Amino acid sequence: MSYLELENLTKHFTKREGLLAKKLRTIKAVDGVNLKIEKGEILGLVGESGCGKSTLSRLIMQLLQPTEGSVVLEDKRLAELSKSEIRRRRRDFQMIFQDPYASLNPRMTVYSTLAEAIATRHPQLPKDRSGMENAVGKLMERVGLDRRFVRKYPHEFSGGQRQRIAIARALGTEPKLILADEPVSALDVSIQSQILNLLRQLRDELELTMIFISHDLSVVRYIADRIAVMDEGKIVEVGEANEVFENPKSETSKMLLQAIPQIRI
Amino acid sequence: MAILEVKDLQTSFHTREGVVKAVDGVSFEVEAGQTVGIVGESGSGKSVTCYSLLKLIPQPPGRIEGGQALFKGKDLLALSENEMRKVRGSQIGLIFQDPMTSLNPYLKISSQIIEPLMIHEGLSKSAALDRAVAELDAVGIPDVKSRINSYPHEFSGGMRQRVMIAMALITRPEILIADEPTTALDVTIQRQVLDLIKTRQEELGTAVIFITHDLAVVSEVCDEVNVMYAGRFVERAPVAKLFTTPKHAYTKALQRSIPALQEKGQNLYTIPGLPPDLTHGIEGCAFGPRCEPEVGGENRDHATSRPPLVELEPHHWVQQCPGCVGG
Repeated sequence: MSYLELENLTKHFTKREGLLAKKLRTIKAVDGVNLKIEKGEILGLVGESGCGKSTLSRLIMQLLQPTEGSVVLEDKRLAELSKSEIRRRRRDFQMIFQDPYASLNPRMTVYSTLAEAIATRHPQLPKDRSGMENAVGKLMERVGLDRRFVRKYPHEFSGGQRQRIAIARALGTEPKLILADEPVSALDVSIQSQILNLLRQLRDELELTMIFISHDLSVVRYIADRIAVMDEGKIVEVGEANEVFENPKSETSKMLLQAIPQIRI
Repeated sequence: MAILEVKDLQTSFHTREGVVKAVDGVSFEVEAGQTVGIVGESGSGKSVTCYSLLKLIPQPPGRIEGGQALFKGKDLLALSENEMRKVRGSQIGLIFQDPMTSLNPYLKISSQIIEPLMIHEGLSKSAALDRAVAELDAVGIPDVKSRINSYPHEFSGGMRQRVMIAMALITRPEILIADEPTTALDVTIQRQVLDLIKTRQEELGTAVIFITHDLAVVSEVCDEVNVMYAGRFVERAPVAKLFTTPKHAYTKALQRSIPALQEKGQNLYTIPGLPPDLTHGIEGCAFGPRCEPEVGGENRDHATSRPPLVELEPHHWVQQCPGCVGG
């Protein structure tokens, strides 16, 4: 049994068409996706914009209810759980977003952002001031932030540091699965490398399972163990990262690979 | 003969925190039909360099402090606003990163694209429309005759960028400045737009100044590349040389930090520290404080006065700081 399994996961949106709203058109955003992810694995998910990557990630995060099929995490069908149970389980999966400028609350200091995340797992800790300070400090060190910055606000940090705060916040709930949606595409090249190194190191140290969504295949090839290629709501190819990269089978993968600019020496 | 010769360009911004030297003595040349790249991280001064040439810097707070930009012999920086208008959009075209914000959402594509023709070439509306249809057709807009009367929001991102390219090239400028033209686009669309710029450039013989932070894009489109750091050029070389034999520590650091050039599983190089604060004038080598032996060699002596850009090998220019060039 794999750690995370997607069974025939499907999400259809219906759209009214025409002025009198009689016709309904179905958009198959995610269309029968089957995927298995093992513990401690990094799965790269690639595809053009509009292929359904983001809808799929929202389904896994339980932010959308599937039309059909299910998400199975450690043998539990998430759709069958009650709402309060889902809230509790949500600590187990966390997201990292593309734009750290937008995904952090500008009115919260690093301390309150991280303390809030930690408190979901350790509800008694907010009463214990030094214990919480210690936990926040540890978390900051884990992602390579200086403990002294704990009282600062997001705007006082650079883009790379902000992404580190966002990663620390995701780790604060002690998740098992991290879904990273284009986590480095808004960052400069030199900062991109810091974040990629950090994510790999965290995976090794904490045995995190990660789904890494990106349209940049060279980044995905570098970080992912396996790559899944998506097109029109379907997974068209899954395989070892290098294998997909060097020997693509589906038309979509071939097209994506031809499209990426390459450094030819 | 170079059609554009920039000499010692200096642009600064006068802010409350102090004078920010965004472009600090930059010189380069552009030959007819050539593609020259300017690559660097955000805030390094790439865009300010190009906008200074067209006087598109808001003044104040910006100020062009010195230098020359000789375009076919006349100094762009000395032109009056009226004379500048005759150059902008006519002899030098410009495309921006985000076509959603650089097209006017209230105007049909047709009225935006014929504007430069009517202003610069004095064409009648119907003659200009004929040219516009031909130009949009050349950039690959399908079914132009009906699409030309659409508004920008009716086009996809890639199509909008095609419209921008058509608009910039319709007056047959000698230079096209492309400021991160594909950064906001998907990989497959990026490929189409890069190919389009290349073919139009070959057909029309336009020179292109290509600004980007993406080294892979640079390696594909540029003939010559300038690497910019903290308002200065640290290295300039033909594209193949820059990737095979980079000389400056910053160029090496950049190349070692991108996943495309590394083996899987190998740690990526990270540049320690942060780019310098440009409100304080930088006396010596700007990269010195972040330069490690791994990329800069064993010599740790960084220039204490501003290192000059020297031609180490034919066509290969490097800012000569002993600590960064190694030895």
